[in-house]
Amino acid sequence: MRRYLDPALQLLAPAVLVVGVGIGSTLVSSSNEIYFLNALVSVAMVVAIYVFIGNSGVLSFGQMSFVAVGAFAAGIMTIPLESKTGVLPTLFPVLRDHTVGNLASLGLATAVGGVFALVVGLPLMRLSGLAAGIATFAVLEVTHNILREWTKIGPGATTLSLVPETTDALQATLGALAVVAAAFLYQRSRLGRRLRASREDPAAARGVGVNVHRERLWAFTVSGALAGFAGGLLVHLLGSITTEQVYLELTFLTLAMLVIGGLTSLWGAVVGALVVSALDSFLIEAEQGVDVGLSLDLPQGTRLIFLGAIMALVLILRPTGLTGGREFRIAR
Amino acid sequence: MSVGVFAVVDAQTLADAVGLGAVYALMAVGIGLVFGVLRLVNFAYGQLVMAGAYTLAFTAHWRVAWSIVACVVVVVALSLLMDRALFRPLRGASPPVMLVATFAIAFMLQAIALLVDLRDDTIGEIATSIAPLNQPTTVHGVDIRKITIVAVIVAAVTLALLALLLMRTTIGLQMRAAATDFDTARLLGVRANRVIGFAVLLSGILAAIVSVILTVQFPFVGPDFALRETIVVLVGVVVGGIDRLWTATLGGFAIGFATGVINGALPTEDTVFLPSVVFTLVIIVLLVRPAGLFAWGRGPVERV
Repeated sequence: MRRYLDPALQLLAPAVLVVGVGIGSTLVSSSNEIYFLNALVSVAMVVAIYVFIGNSGVLSFGQMSFVAVGAFAAGIMTIPLESKTGVLPTLFPVLRDHTVGNLASLGLATAVGGVFALVVGLPLMRLSGLAAGIATFAVLEVTHNILREWTKIGPGATTLSLVPETTDALQATLGALAVVAAAFLYQRSRLGRRLRASREDPAAARGVGVNVHRERLWAFTVSGALAGFAGGLLVHLLGSITTEQVYLELTFLTLAMLVIGGLTSLWGAVVGALVVSALDSFLIEAEQGVDVGLSLDLPQGTRLIFLGAIMALVLILRPTGLTGGREFRIAR
Repeated sequence: MSVGVFAVVDAQTLADAVGLGAVYALMAVGIGLVFGVLRLVNFAYGQLVMAGAYTLAFTAHWRVAWSIVACVVVVVALSLLMDRALFRPLRGASPPVMLVATFAIAFMLQAIALLVDLRDDTIGEIATSIAPLNQPTTVHGVDIRKITIVAVIVAAVTLALLALLLMRTTIGLQMRAAATDFDTARLLGVRANRVIGFAVLLSGILAAIVSVILTVQFPFVGPDFALRETIVVLVGVVVGGIDRLWTATLGGFAIGFATGVINGALPTEDTVFLPSVVFTLVIIVLLVRPAGLFAWGRGPVERV
């Protein structure tokens, strides 16, 4: 019985959390709805990052590049034609003169993220450890630099605006669910298991015939595709975006969510994303003054101080993250 | 290739590149020292430099010497505090956990700096007292800012002193032993807290020196002061080879020098793409020499 129950719960538990947040977003006032939708998009991003880092054990600072290209691809291709030539006159004609629907743009974001990750991963996946971390970070730097300066493929240093805001409660929930399900299927698949074996013991995995480079490349590509998709959700949530929004700060924040939740489990990725999002939203409200039994009014600007301190504290008290890096299970 | 590069790189560019490389090398030593004993990549190193820069700005009306003393005191105290409050409880945690914890502290320190800075309702403070060092002096038609000369000399002297310390003193020997194999060193009677505390102290002093040099060059101090430099130096340290202090230092120098030279060599309208060129180069070097550009004669490299 447990043979079927355990894996079912491993998917169900994160899915229930996601759906719960999605339903929650429809119950609160419209000014609070954005916190819930943000949390769901964070889940999508963090789970996408988890697919590579969590399964391979290789640190990457580059996954935000795929979120960025996904976001800009989906954003640029959904701006209505009549305004596009006006706001983005320098685009390549093929980008300037075409537009696609909402769902097609999410598909496009997924494809762009996946292909980009595949191309980048082909050489980079040979690396391990700190070298891999720094090389993937270099990818983020190059991506950010080109997106920011090359106005034939995007808005450059200006804000990309007029993007249809189609990521509502339904799309955010279904989107986050889709990413969670994809991550679950991947880690239960033969590919995922081979990669996890190489994470635990590279030499032994290679000894039984696992091609570590190929397995890592698979995970990197899947992660890139999911990250691109999450970027598409993000741009359609915000309606406008700059290159700075999908760069260093979001890289650190999403990584922190993953590490705080627990690096090596899907459950950890979802819990980390939701807990940190909730904490951040609470602190934003607390800066405005909030009533929780006793009234709480933090001075302006203290949010990041508390957020940083609490994150550091969690890591000191629970270095393996809130979930201990384990999947959800009911104690026997 | 090299002829082509040197044709467009003049003496001015080289002088600036050496100056940048010297500052980066000093930061690299500070990061490398702590990594050696703790295996911890301290992302919050830049915030130590930032704290020093703010101290210089807030004490700008003091005599310069006292202002610099205050800077050293604040930075070293903060460095030791960071060790006590964060590095010590995290000792033995996995590298990503330690790194993310230093991110968290880095952002916390930035947020604190912003709060302190905003008391006068404007972002940024100007450190006026030591700015005159930034004026250029002309040597053979090349403008060299005085601080560049100071930076190169300070870097050379500091590195020489550090070499003496590491090679000729007991604590230096213990630090080298700890960096090579911490467990064995402890078995042989090296006291962990003492060695780590000393490394953190030294890296704090280096951060203070860096904040003086950087503040002279960029007297406008904001919460993200030295953030960019820290990131670039961290990259340089790994590219050079983080396992040895000397390769890490060379890596720091190399990325500063290379950035300066490439910046001079690129056509003016293309300098916005400087990061792309530098970081593409970083990727190539890492692919060819994953253990570090300067890590010669080492065991087989971890590569799959």
